[in-house]
Amino acid sequence: MQRIGVFVCWCGSNIAGTVDVKQVAKALENEPGVVYSTDYQYMCSQAGQDMIVNAVKEHRLTGIVVCSCSPRMHEQTFRKTAAKAGLNPYMVEIANIREQCSWVHKDMIVGTEKAIILGKAAVAKVNLNAPLTPGESPVTKRALVIGGGIAGIQTALDIADAGFEVDIVEKKPTIGGKMAQLDKTFPTLDCAACILTPKMVDVAQHEKIRVFSFSEVSEVSGFVGNFEVTIKKKARYVKEDICTGCGACVDKCPVKKVPNEFNLGMDNRKAIYIPFAQAVPKVATIDPNACNMLKAGKCGVCSKVCTAGAIDYTQKDELVTEKYGAIVVATGFEPISMEKFDEYAYSQSKDVITSLEFERLTNAAGPTQGKLLRPSDLKHPEKIVFVQCVGSRCASCAEKGKEYCSKICCMYTAKHAMLTRDKYPDTDVTVFYIDVRTPGKNFDEFYRRATEDYGVKYIKGMVGKIVPEGDKLHVQGSDLIANEQVHIDADLVVLAAAIEPDKSARPLATMLTASMDTNDFFTEAHPKLRPVESPTAGVFLSGACQGPKDIPETVSQAGAAAAKVIGLLAKDKLLGNPCVASSDENMCNGCSSCANVCPYGAITYEDKEFRMPDRTIQVRRIAKVNPAVCQGCGCCTVTCPSGAMDLRGFTNSQIMAEVDAICK
Amino acid sequence: MQKVTREALIEKAASLLANGTVTSVLAWKKGEFDYDITPALFTGEEEMHAELVWNDFCGANLSKYLVAKTKKAEGKILVFLKSCDTYSFNQLLTEHRFDREKVYAVGIPCCGMADIDKVKAISGDGIASIECAEKIKVSTIYSEGAAEMDLNDVLLERCESCKSKKHVAYDELMGEEGEILDSHRFDEVERLEAMTPDERFAFWQEELSKCIRCNACRNVCPACTCEVCVFNNPASGVESKAPVNDFEEKMFHIIRAFHVAGRCTDCGECSRVCPQNIPLHLLNRKFIKDMNECYGEYQAGETVGQRAPLVDYTLDDLEAGEVFERGGDNA
Ligand SMILES: Cc1cc2nc3c(=O)[nH]c(=O)nc-3n(C[C@H](O)[C@H](O)[C@H](O)COP(=O)(O)OP(=O)(O)OC[C@H]3O[C@@H](n4cnc5c(N)ncnc54)[C@H](O)[C@@H]3O)c2cc1C
Ligand code: SF4
Ligand code: SF4
Ligand code: SF4
Ligand code: SF4
Repeated sequence: MQRIGVFVCWCGSNIAGTVDVKQVAKALENEPGVVYSTDYQYMCSQAGQDMIVNAVKEHRLTGIVVCSCSPRMHEQTFRKTAAKAGLNPYMVEIANIREQCSWVHKDMIVGTEKAIILGKAAVAKVNLNAPLTPGESPVTKRALVIGGGIAGIQTALDIADAGFEVDIVEKKPTIGGKMAQLDKTFPTLDCAACILTPKMVDVAQHEKIRVFSFSEVSEVSGFVGNFEVTIKKKARYVKEDICTGCGACVDKCPVKKVPNEFNLGMDNRKAIYIPFAQAVPKVATIDPNACNMLKAGKCGVCSKVCTAGAIDYTQKDELVTEKYGAIVVATGFEPISMEKFDEYAYSQSKDVITSLEFERLTNAAGPTQGKLLRPSDLKHPEKIVFVQCVGSRCASCAEKGKEYCSKICCMYTAKHAMLTRDKYPDTDVTVFYIDVRTPGKNFDEFYRRATEDYGVKYIKGMVGKIVPEGDKLHVQGSDLIANEQVHIDADLVVLAAAIEPDKSARPLATMLTASMDTNDFFTEAHPKLRPVESPTAGVFLSGACQGPKDIPETVSQAGAAAAKVIGLLAKDKLLGNPCVASSDENMCNGCSSCANVCPYGAITYEDKEFRMPDRTIQVRRIAKVNPAVCQGCGCCTVTCPSGAMDLRGFTNSQIMAEVDAICK
Repeated sequence: MQKVTREALIEKAASLLANGTVTSVLAWKKGEFDYDITPALFTGEEEMHAELVWNDFCGANLSKYLVAKTKKAEGKILVFLKSCDTYSFNQLLTEHRFDREKVYAVGIPCCGMADIDKVKAISGDGIASIECAEKIKVSTIYSEGAAEMDLNDVLLERCESCKSKKHVAYDELMGEEGEILDSHRFDEVERLEAMTPDERFAFWQEELSKCIRCNACRNVCPACTCEVCVFNNPASGVESKAPVNDFEEKMFHIIRAFHVAGRCTDCGECSRVCPQNIPLHLLNRKFIKDMNECYGEYQAGETVGQRAPLVDYTLDDLEAGEVFERGGDNA
């Protein structure tokens, strides 16, 4: 039998205003197990806590019920108090008579009655409480960053600077992500390469950072502090540690007409290539679908010209398994496909391009060496139309577009329009928009400069149709303010395509048991208070994989994710949550119902031998919960038909006792 | 009459025993009376010639017995499965209740099984012997000669509303394969749904008050294979054999219906074995119908490894509020 002490808090007048605290203390005095019951103005104060410690000593209490505010508020406080008094912290129960009682009731009689019932339920539960001890698990002091865009780069640098080892896994041949493809960046218009490439070099040179480029994560197991990850290094047919990136192979490769993905197919590359001059790692990669040697066994030129002897046509995909304490997802975004937007004639005319293509067209390292020439005939466009929100904020066109705002398009379109007018004042630039959204430091000023100083024409309204006519693009749109139809014969149309998460994000989320929203963006543990943690312990989020973001936001989130990782890796051991599930092996059927519903993948199975009453041995499949992975959500306990699965600290019998106490 | 003969079954089993494919055979034999045919395990041909039964009274679904038998037996067990039994077979495999490697399943076509109460309604009580041929011939201790009847006139409810003549699992099939049928098995559920809540309460009150808690329904149910059933577990808080009051009886059935929801294949064994003739299948069918309507058509046991709607989450799932609204007065 427990010896329970009940402590009813007034919370000043917060509780005492609507609940007769004296009456509550009196009523609970007679509950089974209760040997002491009292009330006090502020239980959480030092004096209140001392009261508990003294009462434990004086009345030899084994359990404590505090009738006070939400356990979210002070459960930790009172657990520490109990520990100070020499009790197991899990012998404390909170009856929430503030948020769930005094704050929602006006009438003193009703409020008091409910407070007593809540108190009785807590007493009933403590009667069945048992001391719980959290388990410990060691922490592998290394982090994995998946995705090497600016988000992944920044996170990796911050973690490595704190002294921890970091591996970056990037699926492309080089890190850099979308930012490496951009020309200048809003709102300050510094050149993307000038601010990005030094960071890429830092990554390459950092002794704590390893880059697995042209690699993918293929398997993840384990749990916070103890992940085991298998990384697939795709064959690039070039020995990474030997290649010096001199480019002799690229010069001599005879296969010249492979669409260059870095320039979004607007020019060609060789079968062996280095995506761009500042690539990290600066190592060549052979495209097996284009290489004559790999396709037909004929050629071998690159191998002949490579003085370092780095070419290896027999290279195979390689699997590397490594342990990590924390994983950061930084898989970024992709512009959506424009194929389905027939009305904008993207597939029909080369001169209808996306904004990212526009970035390449204006980039000095791009297909036109930075001269703005239209793709069809390489003539200078005189009239350019920008269309914002293509596929964004589009509730009705779910099969091709996105419901959400892509957030960055207003700003980069203003940037594109302004830069065009700056460099080519003779061009006529029109922007069609639904709204212009510029919340951000110096953002609205930036947009106003485009309209006021640079003479960009902004038309509120959408473009209905674009029809290629001769060498012009006939743009039909509406001007909602002037309330009229607009017709423009443009030379070039730029579509600000909506952005979406990388296609590899969903399978990755499944591997990580991290959650995603309906748009496949990774979900944060709490949208306001835990924005860089995923709900899965040890998995963190950085950059546009969590939602549309510009670079400043991406970088701050990347730093925040790094801080969380550092906080985790700084610990030698992790204390678990003792309120985890476990299955009674004598009752478990091994049916897998629990594993099917466990959102965290905490349940595995093993075959175990049982000695039967008739002395035979039976092998049965039984469920095992990994306490380090289990989050104590309780899904499994309600799914288990036989009641084999139970949750410590919230056992079925404790909950039934509470229900009984309430219904009595 | 059944399409495949008893002799064909014995021949098949004997040859599989002889060539070492299996070491025992799970089939049926006569119980106390000619109509209570019960599951039985055979290990030799002699034995089968003497005792194995296959006729219009072999309603018993043998799949559940595999759970216990496969744990004991060395080598493989041959099991004969009617089409409806194959669904339970798959469901048990989904729940990892026995090792598929230890079983050799032979599918047999079924023309439906007889309901002894319907038989008795024609023949009268005191059945002395039953002969199943073209017709079912029943002689009783009270009458000269035998009453004759067509199997189709005395089918079990579950066979009248048979959902599938197709076998969804087997290693070998005897006779011809059937098809999935349009069974109208929810008609009766719809009739219950159309009642007012009071009428429906009265209906179940009436039916469930007949329960004597013999536990036959649970014991025969292929979904109820728990190592320790909650009703046997002193720690569960619902353990009891005889109910204290009629409320407890209802709780037994409601708890059990929830436990088997999404796992019940609608094999109809519960209603077949209930000595009090309680239409237990209606409770489970209501769950099945609701799940079909809320989460899309789902047949437990159709394949191995299915995710039952109640332990699966898809983005199209109804929200709790919607379920409540749909239920409305009919809930
Ligand atoms: C046209 C355009 C113009 C823009 N202009 C500006 C601007 O001027 N100023 C500004 O602030 N922002 C601008 N942005 C936004 C900016 O590009 C993003 O904020 C930034 O790139 C987000 O960085 P990230 O690292 O999260 O994603 P990304 O840059 O997309 O990087 C993700 C990286 O992860 C890799 N990856 C993806 N999946 C996997 C996987 N499964 N395994 C391994 N690696 C993976 C990708 O290959 C990529 O390298 C612009 C965006 C566009 C489209
Ligand atoms: S309590 Fe939740 S997290 Fe823990 S094993 Fe059960 S379902 Fe998984
Ligand atoms: S649900 Fe219950 S019986 Fe089934 S495997 Fe899990 S613990 Fe065992
Ligand atoms: S078989 Fe019938 S009488 Fe027996 S417990 Fe089940 S419902 Fe009750
Ligand atoms: S009633 Fe529930 S606990 Fe008992 S055997 Fe059936 S499923 Fe298992």
